[in-house]
Amino acid sequence: MALKFEKFREPYVIESIKFGLLSPHEIRRMAKVSIMRSDIYEADGSPVVGGLRDPHLGAIEPGESCPVCGNTREECPGHFGRIELARPVILPHLGDIIHSMLQSTCRKCGRLLLPPDRISNLTRLYYKRLRDRWPRLAEVVVKSIIKEASETTECPHCGESQFKVRYIRPIIFYERRPEGEVRLTPLDIRDRLEKIPDEDAMLLGVDPKSARPEWAVLTVLPVPPLPVRPSITLETGLRAEDDLTHALAEIVRQNEKLKSFLSTNAPETMIEDAWLTLQHVVAAYIDNEFPNIYQLTHRRKRPLKTLAQRLKGKEGRLRGNLSGKRVNFSARTVVSPDPYISVNEVGVPVEIAKTLTVQVRVTPHNIEEVRRYVLNGPYKWPGATFVYKADQDRKIDLRYQKDYKKLAEELRPGDVVERHLIDGDIVLFNRQPTLHRMSIMGHIVRVMPGKTFRVNLLVCPPYNADFDGDEMNLHVPRLEEAQAEARELLLVEKHILTPRYGGPIIGGRQDYISGAYLLTIKTSLFTLEEVSRIVSRAEAKTSIPEPAILKPKPLWTGKQLVSMFLPQDLSFKGRAKISSGALKCDSEDCFNDSYIVIRKGRLLMGVMDKNAIGAEQPNNIPHVIALEHGENKARELFDTLFRAFIRVLEVKGLTIAYSDIEVPEEAMEEINRLTEEAKKEAEELIRQYREGVLEPIPGRTAEESLELKIIERLQKLRTDAGEVAIRYLKPSNDIFIMTRTGARGSDVNLTQMAAMLGQQTIRGRRIVRGFRTRPLSHFKLGELSPEARGFIRGNFRGGLKPTEVFFHAIAGREGLVDTAVKTSQSGYMQRRLINALQDLVVSYDGTVRDSWGNIVQFKYGEDGVDPKATYHGKPVDVKRVVEKVRGSGG
Amino acid sequence: MSGKAPERWILEHRLVPEHRVLSLEEAIQILRRLGVKPWQLPQISINDPVVRLLGAKPGDIIEIRRKSPTGGVAIAYRLVVAFERRS
Repeated sequence: MALKFEKFREPYVIESIKFGLLSPHEIRRMAKVSIMRSDIYEADGSPVVGGLRDPHLGAIEPGESCPVCGNTREECPGHFGRIELARPVILPHLGDIIHSMLQSTCRKCGRLLLPPDRISNLTRLYYKRLRDRWPRLAEVVVKSIIKEASETTECPHCGESQFKVRYIRPIIFYERRPEGEVRLTPLDIRDRLEKIPDEDAMLLGVDPKSARPEWAVLTVLPVPPLPVRPSITLETGLRAEDDLTHALAEIVRQNEKLKSFLSTNAPETMIEDAWLTLQHVVAAYIDNEFPNIYQLTHRRKRPLKTLAQRLKGKEGRLRGNLSGKRVNFSARTVVSPDPYISVNEVGVPVEIAKTLTVQVRVTPHNIEEVRRYVLNGPYKWPGATFVYKADQDRKIDLRYQKDYKKLAEELRPGDVVERHLIDGDIVLFNRQPTLHRMSIMGHIVRVMPGKTFRVNLLVCPPYNADFDGDEMNLHVPRLEEAQAEARELLLVEKHILTPRYGGPIIGGRQDYISGAYLLTIKTSLFTLEEVSRIVSRAEAKTSIPEPAILKPKPLWTGKQLVSMFLPQDLSFKGRAKISSGALKCDSEDCFNDSYIVIRKGRLLMGVMDKNAIGAEQPNNIPHVIALEHGENKARELFDTLFRAFIRVLEVKGLTIAYSDIEVPEEAMEEINRLTEEAKKEAEELIRQYREGVLEPIPGRTAEESLELKIIERLQKLRTDAGEVAIRYLKPSNDIFIMTRTGARGSDVNLTQMAAMLGQQTIRGRRIVRGFRTRPLSHFKLGELSPEARGFIRGNFRGGLKPTEVFFHAIAGREGLVDTAVKTSQSGYMQRRLINALQDLVVSYDGTVRDSWGNIVQFKYGEDGVDPKATYHGKPVDVKRVVEKVRGSGG
Repeated sequence: MSGKAPERWILEHRLVPEHRVLSLEEAIQILRRLGVKPWQLPQISINDPVVRLLGAKPGDIIEIRRKSPTGGVAIAYRLVVAFERRS
């Protein structure tokens, strides 16, 4: 909604960018003043004429008028100055290029060291054809030309014999003449580079129009205008100059010193020294982190931020100001859960809603509504902060208005009102790190009391959010075009399915899964009151069905309740997560209730657990619904059925207690027996090893074999012990329910709580580090027994021995270190990948192309399939199709 | 980068997909179908063993048919170039 009175400039389109070297002529032409004094201010505080704040560099003081262009500081763009260098200076950044140019051209006549016919051949046939069409290949040609030319020992043009040039980074060049090594000064180098003809320079990969070879040796240095290096006035009234100004001052100082040495005929060594220093200072001015130069510092401490430092790195101009910017109309706060808002909504605190605004144009249709906002003013939600009058080219800030009523009455169609965020607006919601496209999604605003963003729990998986203090960002799209785009493309329901692996990324976790399980197991029957409790908040569209049991009182099964929310024509089959061990089910003909069958929208058998409703579980119920009934249907399911799932927990309760991990005496005895057995076997292995009769694993030493065998045996012991303990747990045990349904925790967690922690390892080995031949002084020297190498027999319920606690801490620390290292490494890899791939596009003909139109892939993914629209990679699930056609009758 | 010629059996190796030099007419047709200039195609070095065996020259377009885990048979086109892109 561009306002007509906001002046817009026709946008410029950058067609191309060309990099080159500035010629001395050009530098002198730009420069309005020659800088010759290193002091900046006179004693009276006025800038030194011919110093780094010379008025000719641009007007920056209020009221000052520029002596060059006559503008005041608002209009004056600033002007360049120059430093005439007393002696030329090599740019060390171009050192390697200078080196190769010296080596491949004649030291006398400056021609390229190749026979004349070959030069013309290369120029005409190859280079002219290559440069525009095959820039990458042209580079390679240049490399081979340089290589060939620098190996020539006699100039084919003038017959002069050639010598090797040795380059000592960053600035020193030597020539290996027969009489010995001779230093090449920048003067000599410049002379030689000047002699290279334009045609030969082209063959060296230089475009002489934009960068003559000799321009790589500076004779005059441009001094950037003052707006590039503004000074700041501290509270104390003292002036602090920009780092660039400091660096330039140092250059001027060295330059003047060298000048005076030259004019007073100082000894050669002093001149040499001053010259070298000047080269270092100029190098540092360009890049203060260049290897092997003297860094410029602030009074021996902080290195100066010179030109390269302004551009480089995360906070540099490119990454910090161009690729990434700070934005307005955004908010950030802590997130907290609210299961009773829709998945595509976000709860926004009133305070934030009053700060973030959207522009609405007044029309005859909305004028009454907009008037109400203006009447409320900027401090009462839902109000307005600004009014733009169309006919007066005026912006009215409501904070400074008293008579809202008058303003509201004066509103006319065509005016624009900046109003608060209200329910139903669309915003973008984001949690860092933004690793995939689901890290930024469109949400519908729901203004709420409180100070946190409220999020539906089901969108935690795509954002990878939890509520231990996570903060998230919110952005308001302000143009109608942007809002429409967000609604069409970014809304949460458009991202239920991930393009990564063809499955739903949004779905239940933790309580949703336990709740679904408790709701759908055969033993759960609900009274009318319980049914109403569960179903009421879920906003079912169908009425409650006939109860499954009528006498002695009406009772409903959980499966009946689930069926109320499923689409009428849904059919689904699949194995539940709990389908393992004794409860395994492979088909419909199974009594363990661990095979889900939904037919015509009715849950006929099977329990719902992680496999049926979990997040990131391909081919589960939400996935099938999203694909076959549309994303909107899937969202409805999340807003209804899933709400019922957590309601179940409020009816039935889910809690864990110490008693849940208690196992009966006989189980403990069995575990002890297994432990003794394993220990005996381990001792036997150790005995065999000591006697040297242990059968080694091929490719391993005896010691390695022993360790591996012991680890293997002890790992088996833990699984066995866990199995025993789990076997004795009641099926109604809440921890057991959680691990079995996949809601939280694993069998290993349960084993460690109830049975034993088992072998602790670092990098897959038993714990051996610590003292010389033993991890702790509690053990004998060189002891190999399980206990001495990190085997923990205790469990969390019974508690650990001191040595066991220590071993557990060692293994735990390794895990923490691993995660820290892994996140940083994978983050960097991700960055590089994204930078490499971000501009690739699948074009309408199915090919993948880069921004130049070069073909990268002839068919996207070699099959042209969008994984988002697949069943976990398969475009068609043949079994489902067959099932659908066949099962329509039953 | 010449040296000993590659041996013919590499064409039969199970990891080497089927290569074929396109005729001029075919090449023009392919380029027209894709709407690209030759240099916008992926490239293959003239020093590639298979390219040397086929005797292709710079500027030729090679059709490669390879088995793809996703798409059955995937066809790709490569432009033969004289210089390696190694820097």
